[in-house]
Amino acid sequence: MRSLLIYLALATFAQADDAASFDPVALERMVRQDCGACHGLTLKGGLGPDIRAGSLKDWTAEDLQAIILDGRPGTPMPPWRPLISEVEAAWIAQYLLEHE
Amino acid sequence: MMLKPAILAALIGVAALSFASPPASAQATGDLGVVIERASGSLLVIDQSEHASLGRVEGLGDLSHASVVYSPDERYAYVFGRDGGLSKVDILERRIAARIIQGGNSIGGAISDDGRLVAVSNYEPGGVRVFDADTLELVADIPTQSKTIGLVDIPGRRFVFTLWDEGETWIADFGAEEPKITKITGIGDFPYDALVTADGRTYIAGLFGEDHLTALDLWADTPMPRKILDGYAKDREGLPVYKMPHLEGWALAGDNFVLPAVGQHEVLWVDSRSLLETGRTATHGQPVFAMAQPDGRRVWVNFAHPLNDTIQVIDTLSKQVIHEFKPGPSVLHMEFTARGHEIWVSVRDAGLVKIYDTRSFRQIGEFAADSPSGIFFTARAHRGGL
Repeated sequence: MRSLLIYLALATFAQADDAASFDPVALERMVRQDCGACHGLTLKGGLGPDIRAGSLKDWTAEDLQAIILDGRPGTPMPPWRPLISEVEAAWIAQYLLEHE
Repeated sequence: MMLKPAILAALIGVAALSFASPPASAQATGDLGVVIERASGSLLVIDQSEHASLGRVEGLGDLSHASVVYSPDERYAYVFGRDGGLSKVDILERRIAARIIQGGNSIGGAISDDGRLVAVSNYEPGGVRVFDADTLELVADIPTQSKTIGLVDIPGRRFVFTLWDEGETWIADFGAEEPKITKITGIGDFPYDALVTADGRTYIAGLFGEDHLTALDLWADTPMPRKILDGYAKDREGLPVYKMPHLEGWALAGDNFVLPAVGQHEVLWVDSRSLLETGRTATHGQPVFAMAQPDGRRVWVNFAHPLNDTIQVIDTLSKQVIHEFKPGPSVLHMEFTARGHEIWVSVRDAGLVKIYDTRSFRQIGEFAADSPSGIFFTARAHRGGL
């Protein structure tokens, strides 16, 4: 019985998590550490291009969100859709456009 | 001439002093090393026998994706920062002995076999720069118009590196008065990293843009690119690659090279002489490092985001996974002690370096570090191609 209650609690939590809510601290860390694996911890570029705000002037938040979710074919940029939600991708796009 | 007994005694005393033992505080460096703290631009000097950190050196700039090579006397660590910083750290005095900013965006380096030259691989401006190991003064600039990857040293004051954008491998020979560059074309699309064997003979470039790897026999008068593992992912869907694998000089396990697949959950085995495939091992995730123990008997593998909390151990003879464990969130790097009795593991998001016995797999120590990444023991000083 106790394990069932825990299961229900976890399921509720997971559902709430799937909705619009997300953790900006964890997302920022993901941008710096995991996007940073190719774009650099400071996002100024590595094997991947510079993705600081100044270099993204020609891009809209919607463009960036689409690239984050579906990648760029023909380049090493992978689709992140299997790992993050559309809301989270939108947050990351906005974050990139605001951070130099 | 006769010396008076008192003067003679004094002279003997001086001679005795000059042969006296060094002070008790002196420390050898053979079991020391460093751990990169990637987010804070610092490193920890670590002690293998004590299972501990001895102290911190700060002010090293952007150390995301930093790497280290050692001077032949194992006293100085040359630290290659992402921001183009090249720092020479005195690990005994735990201070920066020299530091320059040599480029805008860098990705590792190498030291010549004689310990006199330090080379740095740059993304921006693309190319390799070579410095005097004592003074860090520029000795040679080799611009490439391309990001450079897979920089290694081979015998004869030579460096080998590969051009990401052009798919060429260049050999820079500093053995003579005038440096000589040999260019080898046709390596393949998007070579993301490369390794050389400890004997300096076989150079293997991993490709992001093609379904094979490329090998060069550097003992040949004219090294020719050779496809290996051609079509290893043919007819299989390539998974998204969230982190490029690393190719390191720890690939030789017994008679085989063990190599990470790109976009697949597996490591690949090739015969080290024929370079023909000998098997594949399905793994927990996409491998980042596949590192043979120094004795080659087992291979330890860590994985790309988001499966990077796990390490698997593969038996070299059976090619089967024989052990799996979870050191914690974001396992970034592993380093064996020189003779392989221990493996030290960076667990970035736990803020810990964990130490395991390689035979029993038991954890035998740990210490705190701030976002630890690369671990480098001084024994690397005496091995080529790292």
